[in-house]
Amino acid sequence: MATLELGIDENVAISAIGRRRRLGPLFWAAIAWMILVFAAAALAGLLPFGPTDMDMLERRAPPSALHWLGNDGLGRDELARLIYGARVSLTVGLCAPIIGITIGGALGMLAGYFRGRFETLVVGSMDVLLAFPPLILALAVTAYLGQSILNLTCILGVLGIPAFMRVARAATLTLARREFVIAAQALGATHARILLRELLPNVILPLFAFFLLGVAVTIVVEGALSFLGLGVPPPVSSWGSMIGEGRESLEMAPRLAFIPAVTMFLTVLSFNLVGDTLRALSDPRQGAL
Amino acid sequence: MTEPVLLSVEGVAVDLPTPRGNLRAVDQVDLKVGAGQTLGIVGESGCGKTMLSRAILQLLPKKAKLSGRVMFDGQDLVTLDPERLRKLRGRSLAVVFQDPMTSLNPVLTIGTQLIETLQEHLELDGLPAKKRSVELLAAVGIPAPEQRLMQYPHQLSGGMRQRVAIAIALSCEPKLLIADEPTTALDVTIQAQILDLLAREQRRRHMAMILITHDLGVVAGRTDEVAVMYAGRVVERAPTPALFKKMRMPYTEALLAAIPKIDAAPHTPLPAISGRPPDPTRPIQGCSFSPRCRYATGRCYQDKPLLIQAETPDHQYACFHPIKAAAGVSA
Amino acid sequence: MLGFVARRLLYLVPVLVAVSLLTFLIASLLPGDLAYVILGDQATPEKVAALRHDMGLDQPIWWRYLSWLGHVLQGDFGRSFRTGQTVLQAVAERLPVSIELMLLAEITGLAIGVPLAIACAVRSGSAFDRFMTGTAFGMLSVPAFLAAILLIYLFAVELRWLPATGYVPFAEDPIGNLRFFVLPALTLALAEWPGIMRVLRSDMIATLQEDYIALAKAKGLKASRILFVHALKPSSLTLVTITGINIGRLIGGALIVETIFALPGIGRLLVGAMYTRDLIILQGVVLFVATGFVLMNFIVDMFYAVLDPRIRHGHA
Repeated sequence: MATLELGIDENVAISAIGRRRRLGPLFWAAIAWMILVFAAAALAGLLPFGPTDMDMLERRAPPSALHWLGNDGLGRDELARLIYGARVSLTVGLCAPIIGITIGGALGMLAGYFRGRFETLVVGSMDVLLAFPPLILALAVTAYLGQSILNLTCILGVLGIPAFMRVARAATLTLARREFVIAAQALGATHARILLRELLPNVILPLFAFFLLGVAVTIVVEGALSFLGLGVPPPVSSWGSMIGEGRESLEMAPRLAFIPAVTMFLTVLSFNLVGDTLRALSDPRQGAL
Repeated sequence: MTEPVLLSVEGVAVDLPTPRGNLRAVDQVDLKVGAGQTLGIVGESGCGKTMLSRAILQLLPKKAKLSGRVMFDGQDLVTLDPERLRKLRGRSLAVVFQDPMTSLNPVLTIGTQLIETLQEHLELDGLPAKKRSVELLAAVGIPAPEQRLMQYPHQLSGGMRQRVAIAIALSCEPKLLIADEPTTALDVTIQAQILDLLAREQRRRHMAMILITHDLGVVAGRTDEVAVMYAGRVVERAPTPALFKKMRMPYTEALLAAIPKIDAAPHTPLPAISGRPPDPTRPIQGCSFSPRCRYATGRCYQDKPLLIQAETPDHQYACFHPIKAAAGVSA
Repeated sequence: MLGFVARRLLYLVPVLVAVSLLTFLIASLLPGDLAYVILGDQATPEKVAALRHDMGLDQPIWWRYLSWLGHVLQGDFGRSFRTGQTVLQAVAERLPVSIELMLLAEITGLAIGVPLAIACAVRSGSAFDRFMTGTAFGMLSVPAFLAAILLIYLFAVELRWLPATGYVPFAEDPIGNLRFFVLPALTLALAEWPGIMRVLRSDMIATLQEDYIALAKAKGLKASRILFVHALKPSSLTLVTITGINIGRLIGGALIVETIFALPGIGRLLVGAMYTRDLIILQGVVLFVATGFVLMNFIVDMFYAVLDPRIRHGHA
């Protein structure tokens, strides 16, 4: 066989057209919306009306100069309710995944790093947790523990642990075999040092991308539970409970259901967009769109 | 050539847009294959020979731009309407790809992949189709052909799979078979068997064949004519005996010298060709081979040599300093 | 093949045991409450103690778990103290409704997602493809209950074509039965189709670049045959997995839809048990659903082996 040098494969040349993800206008629009919602929630105190101030004369009143989005079924200012609802939805939406990312992320990194029986134990218990349809588990737990924002946040947080564990473990598995880890071990670095200094900075980006997606999912799940009246306890209301209440008035004032619905949709979409873009950036193989 | 011309590739060029610029994979190639004749196309990886075969079959990637004509049996395949082209393929024009593990569908049985061609082109069905499939498998030397019909590609060895691919290609009695590196993915011991099988079937069916390979040794004795490609162009073309005895291109000489010889002394160093084939996105001024050619002079770096004739009209080469002496070997 | 099945079944056992344990532990978080809940206003310390002794609530926890598990394995999931029905009776009543909803939803989701996926894969990179992929992404941000509100408003309130809530058994009135299922199934399908479409599309795009597709074209086969036989079959592996996982997930997720549209299914049984604090039903149904979910995943694994002969023969 003739000894010939290998040249450029034609197929490789064609597929070298990598899909470089540009941060397009949609990405920035999503960021802008998120900032808007956060700012509104933070500055809720500046509103003239509170979420529970009822004005029975103005029930289901259409938008007016005083009440920009009108009034709901109990005469409360819709805009105020929307913004205070944002507070609740965002609080649960952010805090629950924080539980997931800290516990799940830590477990995943440790499992991926130490391997062996510890890993089997962690993965196995996550599998058992995943065997339960999450909504049912959330319902069951709130039935026993009672409805409150804290309980809700905790159970949603715990339900997110397996997913974060998987992401952290997968990222750690690919990294732990690289030379820079072996080099650090050879230099006598402790496990803690390797985990914190070498592995964590590399695992944090895919984890953060997943965190944003987790926020979107949590807002949805909390919304669904509150919609059924099984999420945040009244009189506190989130977007979900607003939509649930708005359902009563679908014939007379559909906007009461649709305004929080659209707001929730835009917020969830924004988190999904940003999270998905970051995920594609950090792991091109799993690029979604 | 005394045979009627079956395939005539005229001025075919293939351009591929890439982020680094236009890639000219095939650069103004002319070829002719007569009925029942075998043409060998030889070149390194990346010289454009696979792109050329895809261009003939009209199976180029979507982004590729094709220019020129491909006259097959009197019709220009480039402008032929898709439905008539589809009827030609598999029937009059067949192909065997390099790696039978990827060219056979892993989730369909051998039988399905054989019979569907028969169904499509010869309208055979049921029992007659099965019978013919068994005959085909036996003809390509597969033992226990009836059992094979129900098996999947991964249950066969590499050599067996390629025999199946050949059976599929031959199933409708094609006029032209294109074999793109048919033995590269196989063990050395199997290679000769497959090549002999192809040659035998070709003679029996009086079929034209294009044998594409990077190994000059493969085309020796198995082809009527050889075209040597480099950097997308045909740089030498001759009837096979003439090529081996009286080659003109320094590149062809180097290719030949790089084949290990059985009667060489032990530990004789293999004369490899230094350097690498050129990057197709950055065309070289002058002769493409000049950076690696030991006969290159100033003119070679400036002007591109065109194909000119040697002593006989069917021997052409593109070089300013062709080899004079009969440096080759008998094919 | 049998070895493969046996190995998977073996793995199933510890998972199911763990599931039952977890279910029981959750249920036992507040043992005292059960007696109070049942007796309600009539709860005096003596009656509570008596009832607890009757129900075996004063035994150590491991005894109670094993006792409960023993009953479960004999088919006795317990009896609701609200309605008097056994858990199994209640489940058997509601199960057909949930299954009908799940099947209709999944079939509709596939009917939307699969053709779109194929159309996009074939036209990959075109404006149509980008538009559909973007729409699918957007739909992923629309949860089931939002879609439900929208559909109810459109079809029930404005157009008045379809009923918003209600149910009639299929045996009684097939047309009416299906009418009641249109909106709920469509709601779930709208949430399902983006996932199906995205996965199948990317799978098919990868498959269409394989050598065997090029050879199929070179053989002069019809485009429809290449698409549906050569390209779809290898890609259908992931599709089956997704469908199986979806159906498993729908067991729980259909809960919301059932409640909104007042369909008497398992989900609504569960939610109702939550409102009335019927803990026996809760415990039994959760166990039932979780077990079904695990079994569903197992069946999906088996299907995998059927579709990809390489896995069956241990290659892959």
